[in-house]
Amino acid sequence: MVEFSNVSYVLPDGRRILQELTFGARRGEILVLLGRSGSGKTTALKLINRLLEVSSGQLRVEGRSTKDWNVIELRRHIGYAIQEVGLFPHHTVGRNIALVPSVQNWRKEKIAVRVQELLRLVGLSPEIAARYPHQLSGGQRQRVGVARALAADPPILLMDEPFGALDPLTRADLQREFLSLQQQLGKTVLFVTHDLHEALRLGSRIALLEEGRLVSLTSANKFLTSSEPLVKKYVDAFGTNDRQPEKP
Amino acid sequence: MNFWSFITQNRYEVATLTLEHLWMVGISTVLAVAVGIPLGVLITRKRSLHKPVIAVANIIQTIPSLALFGFLLPAPWIGERAERLAILALTLYALLPLIRNTYVGITSVDRAIVDAARGMGLTDWQLLYKVELPLAASVILAGIRVALVISIGLATIAAAIGAGGLGELIFRGLAMVNNSVILAGAIPAAVMALLADGTLGWLEKRFTPQRAA
Repeated sequence: MVEFSNVSYVLPDGRRILQELTFGARRGEILVLLGRSGSGKTTALKLINRLLEVSSGQLRVEGRSTKDWNVIELRRHIGYAIQEVGLFPHHTVGRNIALVPSVQNWRKEKIAVRVQELLRLVGLSPEIAARYPHQLSGGQRQRVGVARALAADPPILLMDEPFGALDPLTRADLQREFLSLQQQLGKTVLFVTHDLHEALRLGSRIALLEEGRLVSLTSANKFLTSSEPLVKKYVDAFGTNDRQPEKP
Repeated sequence: MNFWSFITQNRYEVATLTLEHLWMVGISTVLAVAVGIPLGVLITRKRSLHKPVIAVANIIQTIPSLALFGFLLPAPWIGERAERLAILALTLYALLPLIRNTYVGITSVDRAIVDAARGMGLTDWQLLYKVELPLAASVILAGIRVALVISIGLATIAAAIGAGGLGELIFRGLAMVNNSVILAGAIPAAVMALLADGTLGWLEKRFTPQRAA
């Protein structure tokens, strides 16, 4: 679905943010990009929907190089949800969710039905459609963000710490709901986080990035027992409160 | 002869001059909006143009108004009628607040919102008119407000080159050393400025985007 091969991203001033990344997300899985701040995980995500352009290497979406996609078409093929949510403060929740369908000229009735359907899907009541983003709680806003990303039913979802700004309880709720949502919808998800617990809870596979390089790519349940030193370091940093790796 | 009796005795003249004044200010503000807002948007897209454009607008702003009227006098077509000259000069003065506020308004839209909008696949135009301009509206309106108030004041000077407007009465009063005549020009201009300021201020409030809590 999404394949990186030897993808690098270099800033105009010559700093290398991503170095020779090679990995791919399979259809229907949640691939978590894990790493500390500045490891390049957000940058990797932005290359996929071309908010940033690949400097060298090949990045393919559905078998086609992102450079060969019409950029608008590519982005409408990919849902995008980010931590700050980026809801439009001058639009109601309903219009926020309806934005992509409306610029794609869906019929009004179809849009209205879709908005209701999406609100139900992310666990919000339909009345919320008439409210403005500033009238919602943080958790509700994140749900709207997810609903908006799903609006035009894109097969691929990019999520950049979408639950990062929430309290632990709300976050756990949203993670659980997101997981069951994903099982219903079968989207291919690339999920960026720095939170190991979140990665373990959501990920089918985990890609650990460090300083723009891919350190390891394993299934989530093998991550804790990995022998790769940087993985161990990351796991250890998350302490002993739960999911302590078994010592060999 | 006091101020009130001057106004009532010359109400047709005062009304005509007020309309002339409004006309000059109105047309020049419309022209300045038509040029200034697109220029402001342009320099958010081509950042390399930001400095030169703002610099030119700044320089225009520092030219004393009488001198600017004088400079423009030899211009073809424009120079033929004092009124055209005045409108052009007022338009030039109004550009800076419009360009600057459009630029500031658009560049201060939250990066996350712009990223989200682009990531969702809005085209540049859709981003501009569905997201950036609505969110920048209050700042742009503040620019129009400043431009309008400045123009109403400056337009009184246009009478010095024979363009009419309320400045006529002010200059006449100065020549006659008659305060009532000066006030007959100054007070309607001041009222006009206050009304413009109040109306635009109200609009600005209405367009202020709701901030996330």
